[in-house]
Amino acid sequence: MKPQKLTGWGRTAPTTAQVVHTADVRAIAEAVKHAGPRGVIARGLGRSYGDPAQNAGGTVIDMTALNRIHRVDAEAGTVDVDAGVSLDTLMRALLPFGLWLPVLPGTRQVTVGGAIGSDIHGKAHHVEGSFGDHISELDLLTADGEVATLTPADDLFWATVGGMGLTGVVLRATLHLNHVETAYFLVDTEQLGSLDELMARQSVDDEKYVESVSWFDAVTTGPHLGRGLLTRANHATLDDLPAKRRRHPLRFEAPQLLVVPDLFPPGLLNKVTGRVFSELWYRKSPTKMGAVQNITQFLHPLDMFGEWNRGYGPHGFLQYQYVVPFGAEDVIRHTVRRMTETGKVSALNVLKRFGDGNRAPLSFPMKGWTLCVDLPVGAGVHELCEELDELVLAAGGRHYLAKESRATPEVIARGYPRLDEWRKVRASVDPEGKFASDMSRRLELS
Amino acid sequence: MIDAVGNPQSLLLLGGTSEIGLAVAAKYAKRRPLRVVLAARPSERLDKAADDLRAAGATVSTVEFDALDFDSHAAVLDKAFGDGDIDITVLAFGLLGDAEQAWQDHGRAVELAQVNYTAPVSVGVLLAERLRRQGHGRVVALSSVAGERVRRSNFVYGSTKAGMDGFYLGLGEALRGDGISVTVVRPGFVKTKMTEGMKPAPLSATADQVADVVVSAVAKRKELVWAPAPLRVLFSILRHVPRPIFRRLPI
Ligand SMILES: Cc1cc2nc3c(=O)[nH]c(=O)nc-3n(C[C@H](O)[C@H](O)[C@H](O)COP(=O)(O)OP(=O)(O)OC[C@H]3O[C@@H](n4cnc5c(N)ncnc54)[C@H](O)[C@@H]3O)c2cc1C
Ligand SMILES: NC(=O)c1ccc[n+]([C@@H]2O[C@H](COP(=O)([O-])OP(=O)(O)OC[C@H]3O[C@@H](n4cnc5c(N)ncnc54)[C@H](OP(=O)(O)O)[C@@H]3O)[C@@H](O)[C@H]2O)c1
Repeated sequence: MKPQKLTGWGRTAPTTAQVVHTADVRAIAEAVKHAGPRGVIARGLGRSYGDPAQNAGGTVIDMTALNRIHRVDAEAGTVDVDAGVSLDTLMRALLPFGLWLPVLPGTRQVTVGGAIGSDIHGKAHHVEGSFGDHISELDLLTADGEVATLTPADDLFWATVGGMGLTGVVLRATLHLNHVETAYFLVDTEQLGSLDELMARQSVDDEKYVESVSWFDAVTTGPHLGRGLLTRANHATLDDLPAKRRRHPLRFEAPQLLVVPDLFPPGLLNKVTGRVFSELWYRKSPTKMGAVQNITQFLHPLDMFGEWNRGYGPHGFLQYQYVVPFGAEDVIRHTVRRMTETGKVSALNVLKRFGDGNRAPLSFPMKGWTLCVDLPVGAGVHELCEELDELVLAAGGRHYLAKESRATPEVIARGYPRLDEWRKVRASVDPEGKFASDMSRRLELS
Repeated sequence: MIDAVGNPQSLLLLGGTSEIGLAVAAKYAKRRPLRVVLAARPSERLDKAADDLRAAGATVSTVEFDALDFDSHAAVLDKAFGDGDIDITVLAFGLLGDAEQAWQDHGRAVELAQVNYTAPVSVGVLLAERLRRQGHGRVVALSSVAGERVRRSNFVYGSTKAGMDGFYLGLGEALRGDGISVTVVRPGFVKTKMTEGMKPAPLSATADQVADVVVSAVAKRKELVWAPAPLRVLFSILRHVPRPIFRRLPI
C-alpha cells in the first residue's frame, strides 16, 4: 500500500499515512489491532481545519465507506446510523419523515463520527447543546479490537464525545432527532453598525430563537469597527410558508453553484478583495424580519461553493476559534480591533452565544461568547494568535480542537482543566497509546 | 510535529556550528519550546553553540558528525532521530576557503567537492528514507547564488553548490507526494566566519536576515528562495548575460 498524503481543511501541514478505506468492520478491527508503532486514527470527511484526522507514518482509517443508515424511527424521532454517514446524506434522508438533526455545523460535509469526535455545535447551541447531547448509544471499537456499546451513563462515552478519535473508532450511533413541519426557516436579519451594538442586540431575545449567529466585518476600521449582521431564526411551520412552497414543505434545496478551482495565487484573498467582500456581505442583507429561507440560504451558504478552502491559496489557512465567558467582551473587542489593525483579512467571521456546556471533559462549548475568524498563513499570523491566546486563557476561555492547528500543549491544557481526567479514562482503554494523531503528538494530548 | 504556521517542535542542524544554521535554530527557539540536535565535529565552538541555544530556552543534544566520513552518516542520522521525530532538518555544513587555492590544489578541490556536494547527497538520501518513514518533515538546504551562475572568481565552490542545489531541488520533487517539503535557499554574501576578511558583495545580508527568510519560506513550504529576495531578479539577469560580457563583469 502506498502511503497517502493528508491535510485538514486548512491545507497546512501535510503528512502521509497508510489509509484504510473499507466498509468491513472486521477489517477496521484488524487495522486497529495491528497498528504499528505510530498508531492509528479515524478520519471522517477531513473538515477539521488542522491535524486531528491525520497520523504521520502510521495508519488512518477513512470511515466514509462505512455509510449505512440502518433504521429510522419516525415516531420516536431516532436514527441508527453508521459513523461514516455524512450529515448531508443523513439530513436528506430524514427530512421526508419530518425529522431534523438538532445540531448542524456550518457545513453539512462532516460525518457522524467526526461530529462525535469534535462534539460539534451549531447555531442552535444555546437551545440544543452540542452533538453529544443527542446520542443515546454508540458503538466504539477500542484498542483491543473489541466493540463496546456505550450510553451516556458511561465515562468512556463522554471521553469519546469531543475526544478527537483518541479513545477508539466510533462505528455506529443512535441519535435523537427533532420533529419539523417544513425544511424552511423564518429568519430575522438585523444590520448593526458596530461591534458593541451587535453584541448588545445579540444579548437580548436569543432564547426566542432556535438558531442565532452573527457575522461581523473584520476589515472596516473606525466607528463602524465590527459592524455586522445578526441572523436569528426558528423553523417555519406549514402556516408560515407561502402557498407555492406548502406543496413540498420538506423539500431540500441545496444547489452547488461552483467548485473553486485549485489555481488560486496566494494573494487572491487580499486586503482589497476582503474589503469588497465585507462590504457586499454587509449590504446584501438589510434589516428584515420574518423572511422565509431554505437550509442552504440560512445555514450553509458556503456549501454552495465546493472546495472553497482553495480560495486561500497554496500556503493554506487556519481558523482561530475560541470561547470566553460572558463578561469577557473585551477579548472579543480586542480580537476584532487587532484583526483590522494588522490588516489580516478574514472573510468568515462568526460570533455566537453558547449555552451551557456538557459533561464531556474535552467538549469545547461553555457558556459565553464564541468567535471564529479565518487567517491565511503568512507573516504575523503566529504573533497575532499568540497574543490572542493569552487574552483568551486569562479570561478563562479556550480553543476549539476541531479548528486548532497551531497552539501549544500548555495552551490546550490551561483551556481544558479536565484534560487529566480525560487522559485517565483514555489510558484505561488504550494503555499502549495505539490511537494517535498528528494533533495528539503536537499537543501532547495523550 | 510542525504546526500550521510552521513552528517546529524539533530541529536537526547538520553543520551544528554554522552561523546561519544557528541563527535559524535561535529564531525558532524564540518562538516556541524547541528540541535541537546539533550534528557537528566536536569543538569548543560546538559546546558554545549548544550553551547559547540552551540559554535561549531550547533543549539541546549533540551528535558527532563529519561530513567527509560518508560511512558514518547512517549512524549519525539514526542517533539524531533517536529521541523522536525531526520536524525540520537544516543542511548548513559547507566549505568556502580560498578560491584560487581551490582550483590549483588537488586535495583542497576534492575536499570542497566532497564536503559541499558528495556529503549533502549522502546525507540527503539517508534523510529522505527516515522522513518518509516518519511520514512528515521539512528540509532546508543552504545552497548559494554562487551555484546559480558559476563565476570564474570562485568556480570550484560555485560548481559544488550548483550540484547540491540541483540535487535538493530534485529531491523536493521526488518527495512531493510524501508530505515532505524541501526548501532550497540561495543566499548571497552573508557575513559569517565563512566570509571573514572578505569584502561584502552587493546585497549582502546577516545570518539573522537569512534566518528570517528561511522561517517564512518553511511556513509557506516554498521550494526555492533567495536571501535577500532581490537576488532572485539579479541572478535571473546574470544567468542570461553572454559569456564575453559576463567575463568582464567585476563579480
Ligand atoms: C466550513 C466549515 C464550517 C464548520 N462549522 C462548524 C460549526 O459550525 N460547528 C462546529 O462544531 N464545527 C464546525 N466545523 C468543524 C467540523 O464540524 C468538525 O471539524 C468535524 O469534526 C468534521 O467532521 P469530519 O467528518 O470531517 O471529521 P474529520 O475532520 O475527518 O475528523 C475530526 C475528528 O473526529 C475524529 N473522527 C472522525 N471520525 C471518527 C470515528 N468514526 N470515530 C472516532 N473518531 C472519529 C477524527 O479522528 C478527528 O479527531 C466546520 C468545518 C468547516 C470546514
Ligand atoms: N556565508 C555566506 O556568505 C554564504 C553564502 C551562501 C551560502 N552559504 C552556505 O550556507 C551554509 C552555512 O554557512 P555559514 O555562513 O553559516 O558558514 P559557517 O558558519 O562557516 O558554517 C559552515 C559549517 O560547516 C561545517 N563544516 C565544514 N566542514 C565540515 C565537515 N567536514 N564536517 C562537518 N562539518 C563541517 C563547519 O563546522 P566546524 O565548526 O566543524 O568547522 C562550519 O561550522 C554553507 O553551506 C554555506 O556554503 C554561505
